[in-house]
Amino acid sequence: MSKAPFEAIVENHGATVLRVCRAVVGFHEAQDAWSETFLAALRAYPELPAGANIEAWLVTIAHRKAIDITRARARSPVPVDEPPDTRSTVGLPAAPNPIWAEVAALPNKQRQAVAYHYLAGLPYQQVADIIGGSADAARRAAADGISTLRRNYPRTQQKAGNR
Amino acid sequence: MNTPETDPTAALAALYDPDPLALSRLRDSLVGAAASADLLDVAYRTIDSPVGTLLLAATEQGLVRVAFDIEDHDLVLVGLADKISPRVLLAPRRLDDAARQLSEYFDSRRMSFALPLDFRLATGFRRSVLAHLPEIAYGHTESYSQVALAAGSPRAVRAVGTACASNPIPIVVPCHRVVRSDGSFGNYRGGPAAKSLLLQLERAAAQ
Repeated sequence: MSKAPFEAIVENHGATVLRVCRAVVGFHEAQDAWSETFLAALRAYPELPAGANIEAWLVTIAHRKAIDITRARARSPVPVDEPPDTRSTVGLPAAPNPIWAEVAALPNKQRQAVAYHYLAGLPYQQVADIIGGSADAARRAAADGISTLRRNYPRTQQKAGNR
Repeated sequence: MNTPETDPTAALAALYDPDPLALSRLRDSLVGAAASADLLDVAYRTIDSPVGTLLLAATEQGLVRVAFDIEDHDLVLVGLADKISPRVLLAPRRLDDAARQLSEYFDSRRMSFALPLDFRLATGFRRSVLAHLPEIAYGHTESYSQVALAAGSPRAVRAVGTACASNPIPIVVPCHRVVRSDGSFGNYRGGPAAKSLLLQLERAAAQ
């Protein structure tokens, strides 16, 4: 079985991996995580067995890169401004939707489970293979995360103003 | 419409925003990073031309493939992934020179190409046939048997035909200048209409 040109992998999975990175390392550091994920994937791609599950493979790489980035951040904390109490009403196109802040506030496991199950579409067993623990634990973490997001969603919308 | 109360994923609707602008920036920077890390094994782009959309592909050594529309570009890319490396990316910059020279050629402002070429997709006798083709002057033609003679195997007329028909870098390596002894065009990877167009363009410009 022949392997797809890597461009097709970027085309088909680039958006999903970006969503996952935004959820797991945060909106702004997602760009680095995405770039490192795809560069590592490009390097390893010739050795990937034909017929492998590309999405699960990419999410696994993204998961490892996210851990690296989070650790590096912990080692050398960069000063970050306090998030503003009120958001700009000008609505800069680059301003992330406030839902991302809600995702960032979730506990680690919940955030990862939500990202890998809901945003990447991986079944709970595969999520568990990546984050550790059982499929049931992954299911519970995803459900808890989603219910927190759902509870905070109306508040998030109010904050966002007339979006 | 689902409400957030009944559909958990509705709370996440904003998380599914595809953000094409951010993605296209990321893809550009991936190409740059891939090139610096020596991981851009095959770069490609397409250009418009009088013979239809052309796919251009280059390795680090040089231009490795020019493909016509009728060859099905997706299939050609799969072939390159198979035969060269699956590290294939849309990366126009490596092909800037090739694109510019081809556009000058189609404007009749260029009679020969000065590009690094990678002949890895042609081997043995086929490669020696291709090596001879640039010696056929712009606006001129040779017969398959003349080319066989020049390639050192006067009896290998059929093999010359195969070499021309499977030329991986058509137009730049001018297999269109090889015609049948009776003057008819013979087979061409881009189809007979493309071959005839190229020969007419060159004849008109050479006069």
